[in-house]
Amino acid sequence: MKPAFLKNPGRETTFGQALQGVLDSRPATVAAIALLALVLAAVLAPWIAPQNPYDLASITILDGRMPPGSTGIYGDYYILGTDVQGRDMLSAMMYGLRTSLSVGVLTGLFAMSVGTTLGLCAAYFGGRVDTLVMRLVDLMLGFPAILVALMMLAVLGQGLDKVILALVAVQWAYFARAVRATAVVERRKEYMEAALCLGLSHRRALFSQLLPNCVPPVIVLAMIQIANAIAAEATLSFLGIGLPVTQPSLGLLIANGYQQMLAGLYWISVFPGVLLLIVVFAMNIVGDRIRDALNPRLQK
Amino acid sequence: MTSFIIRRLCQSIVILILTSLIVFAGVYAIGDPIQILIPADATQAEIAQAVHSLGLDQPLYRQYLQFVSHTLHGDLGTSFVFNQPAIQLILQRLPATLELVCIAVVLALIIGLPLGLAAGLRPDSALDRGIMTGSILGFSLPSFWQGIMLVLIFSVTLGWLPSSGRGTLGTILGIHTSLATWDGIRHLILPALNLALFKIALITRLTRSGVRETMPLDYVKFARAKGLRESRVVYVHVLKNILIPIVTVVGMEFGSMIAFATVTETIFAWPGVGKLIIDSIMKLDRPVVVAYLLIVVTMFILLNLLVDIVYSFLDPRVRLGAAE
Repeated sequence: MKPAFLKNPGRETTFGQALQGVLDSRPATVAAIALLALVLAAVLAPWIAPQNPYDLASITILDGRMPPGSTGIYGDYYILGTDVQGRDMLSAMMYGLRTSLSVGVLTGLFAMSVGTTLGLCAAYFGGRVDTLVMRLVDLMLGFPAILVALMMLAVLGQGLDKVILALVAVQWAYFARAVRATAVVERRKEYMEAALCLGLSHRRALFSQLLPNCVPPVIVLAMIQIANAIAAEATLSFLGIGLPVTQPSLGLLIANGYQQMLAGLYWISVFPGVLLLIVVFAMNIVGDRIRDALNPRLQK
Repeated sequence: MTSFIIRRLCQSIVILILTSLIVFAGVYAIGDPIQILIPADATQAEIAQAVHSLGLDQPLYRQYLQFVSHTLHGDLGTSFVFNQPAIQLILQRLPATLELVCIAVVLALIIGLPLGLAAGLRPDSALDRGIMTGSILGFSLPSFWQGIMLVLIFSVTLGWLPSSGRGTLGTILGIHTSLATWDGIRHLILPALNLALFKIALITRLTRSGVRETMPLDYVKFARAKGLRESRVVYVHVLKNILIPIVTVVGMEFGSMIAFATVTETIFAWPGVGKLIIDSIMKLDRPVVVAYLLIVVTMFILLNLLVDIVYSFLDPRVRLGAAE
């Protein structure tokens, strides 16, 4: 237990503030509900999807290339049509969303852990540590994200873990910069002085005192970076250098459909694309709203 | 001034060395370079020959120095797929990419500036809100998705514009370009627009916020008080001042557009370096990948250096700040 005087007094919980902020705005509420529904659909995909699109026994090749709203020869109803192999697009999209969301969330979490730790250390220790970390951040942010990701994937090769690694390499710097900016200010406050006077270890001072007070900007950034990671993964997979075909994300579905689109089968590419857009948009809207809600300067 | 340039130059060189180290470590030191650097059907004798000629029997630091010295002599290996020197392949295709990027920059400026001005001069009007919403769309739609939609609308559905290739090339002032023929221009429109969309949104926002910050300033009031026409105040006095940051951003974005061209070139089958690098990554054509990364990163660093130097001429605060 930390002594009561070490707590930052007179503040609601960050989560409560964020939730209130989202509920106060209609577009953000709609986006949040849509997001929640999509996440549920993705998580529950193996149980609620009409078919398992990657189980060869459950797909019918004769049902291939069917437009949205068709009925297959065995009476299966394909509300969003089928792809070349006769896969139900709705099911494929639910499974694709699963992959896309996992990449996004894992990337966000890893980038957040690495970036936050480095940013905190930079602010807490100052001096050479600070210079080194921030130089590295400037270097990373100076290069376009896609170039860094391309470079990493060219070196590492394809794969889920490699895509996540490449995206973390791109994203940690944003977290480090944001956390350092907040932590530098927090570092000079009385509670940190008190913590140091009490002789807390560096580790405790960093993680149990400084970290909790740097949370708001991290939450906002995490939301937006997850959306960015999903879009970036889709881009890389579309280029054919991201995920392997055995783990079809939304980006891969779009890429596969693109070949068919020129032949007039628009739905194979367009529906996964629309889903990708909805996810990325909804996350950005909710993230923006949380940022405003947590920004002390915008509060009355 | 000189000391600022020298300092920036040193930084650039350090970054270049770092990049070469990373690329070297990635391609030569991790994994088996023999498998990466010679064809799979090589005989035992050929492998032994390659180990020696590549200097793989040398210690690692010697290998790196050798890699650097080869690179500085313009020798980045030979492509397995095309059987041509990698650097030559890149240089052959670079003009197509640069053409695309330049046209996209011009498009971004001639569309973004007027939109930004229109939005900034009447803040909170319906027009302003419309333009701002549009720019959010431009920001958040992934660029490959915008490209697909352009193809779907203008090529597949309407059939107005071609969706792939560079079309017929002509020659203007000794440069091969798609701009010389009508067919070439038709091929150029969609890819250039796709590459430009993100930058249009960026320039619109920059211009808008520039206008909104500049309009209330004293010198604008003074210009009005002198009785100048409103159009002169806006297009000469205000525009001149907001152009400095815009020109800087355009310079910086130029480099990132060369990297982003990989996406556009893949969608529209544009025969530039971006398409080449993606093909090479997939075919494990490592020498070309190494050549591309080194050349693009070098271009990027040089561009940033150039922008910084130009900026420090334009804005003395940068120079003074850096000298502290």
